[in-house]
Amino acid sequence: MSEGWLALLQQALSLLFSLDPDVWSIVNVSFSVSFAALAITLVPSLVLGFILAFVHFPGRWFVTNLVQTTQSIPTVVIGLLVYLLLTRMGPLGDLRWLFTQKGMILGQMMICAPVLVAMSQAAFTSVDKRAWETSRTLGASWLRSVWVICRELKVPLLMAIVAAFSRILTEVGCSMMVGGNIADVTRNIPTAIALETSKGDFAQAIALGLVLLILSLILNFTLGTLRGKAEPRSH
Amino acid sequence: MLNLKSIFSVAVIASALAITPAQAQEIIKLATTTSTENSGLLKNLLPKFEAESGYQVQVIATGTGKALKLARQGDVDVVMTHAPAAEAKFVEEGYGITPRGIMENDFVILGPKNDPAKIRSSKTAEEAFAKIASSGEGFVSRGDNSGTNMKELIVWKGAKVEPTFKGYHSVGQGMGKTLLMANELQSYTLSDRGTYVAYKAKLDLAIDYDGGAALANPYQIILINPEMYPDLNHKGAKALSDWLISDEAQTMINSYTVEGEQLFKATYSK
Repeated sequence: MSEGWLALLQQALSLLFSLDPDVWSIVNVSFSVSFAALAITLVPSLVLGFILAFVHFPGRWFVTNLVQTTQSIPTVVIGLLVYLLLTRMGPLGDLRWLFTQKGMILGQMMICAPVLVAMSQAAFTSVDKRAWETSRTLGASWLRSVWVICRELKVPLLMAIVAAFSRILTEVGCSMMVGGNIADVTRNIPTAIALETSKGDFAQAIALGLVLLILSLILNFTLGTLRGKAEPRSH
Repeated sequence: MLNLKSIFSVAVIASALAITPAQAQEIIKLATTTSTENSGLLKNLLPKFEAESGYQVQVIATGTGKALKLARQGDVDVVMTHAPAAEAKFVEEGYGITPRGIMENDFVILGPKNDPAKIRSSKTAEEAFAKIASSGEGFVSRGDNSGTNMKELIVWKGAKVEPTFKGYHSVGQGMGKTLLMANELQSYTLSDRGTYVAYKAKLDLAIDYDGGAALANPYQIILINPEMYPDLNHKGAKALSDWLISDEAQTMINSYTVEGEQLFKATYSK
């Protein structure tokens, strides 16, 4: 099986463009799980980031540092933690979530939450406090004022979301441990690439790698455009 | 300087001459599969043979396919594998001679201890598989093109069942990980007996079906054709093959246990 690079690439592209059901099932699992994880964690994480930036409460320094630390925990460690939670003997064993998409979502939530909290906290910290006070004195509700500030911070917040999303879309450790790489159920892009590479079938691995690559290009270019459009704020 | 050098080179040549004839006779290179090596069977058998014959056996443990390839290329003196079809081809093409079935181990169908699909009463492995598929119970497949995975697919074929039913999980992982997953999901799975025995303490699964021709995993030792590669250690290879079919070795194979379980069954019939 000594295939040339070009032949492999050709096979990979034909898999993508012929809408090979296996490949698209894998892509579909990846996106549905990661979107769900992001959607569930987004609002609570932003709220926590906001609180850490604006509210002075005892222990704030501790929480901030804790969040910063959890950002750098390897995904396999989070995978191990979730595995132990969900295993038959574990405290959440009765949920029977191990090797299901729900379990994967739980793991990915724990991976993306710290990123969202830390980056949104940094964004909220950078905003002018007076914007908040003005908005409140004009009689806007608490939530509405938060919304105003979020719109002000569109670009850094979007960057936080993209960073969190790309982290969970590309992580392999937690998905492999908690999801178990079951075909058509919990097999996502990274675990499929790991499997195909170990089998020596590179065409599908390349096809899936291309999906990830194209996606990250689109995301980054979108961000770049947004950043370009965002008017420089005057303090 | 020159003096030292010449003394040194003479010494090297002399020692090489002293070692070579002895070693050429002494060493037997055996290509075999990881299962015989990992189970500890060879470590149990070979010292005895070495003590009796004076040969030294060097084991190269790889997959069945690669072991046969090494034998084809004349890189080893003798080969011991477990893939009947590939071995038959190896002999037909004139590379191998005197194939001898020396032993077999087997695959087992594991499942929950209460056997919800009721496969314990099955007559054949195919029937057991068909029952699992129709019962709606789960089945975890390795799905990694391994020998065990190929065996499993052959049994599905024999059972005339497409392995696409709802409970079928193809996980693309090694045997150990697959066993742990089957345990978590309380599903059925096909495993080689050796790995199952090694993981037994961690599992809440039982052997729900074993035995029968379909789950047999026979091992053969095959000599390499001297006409192809005259310079190999054919005498040593033959001595090893002869010893493995002796009553003494066959008894040792049968009495080899791991965790109190017999892993291999001696099968040579004179």
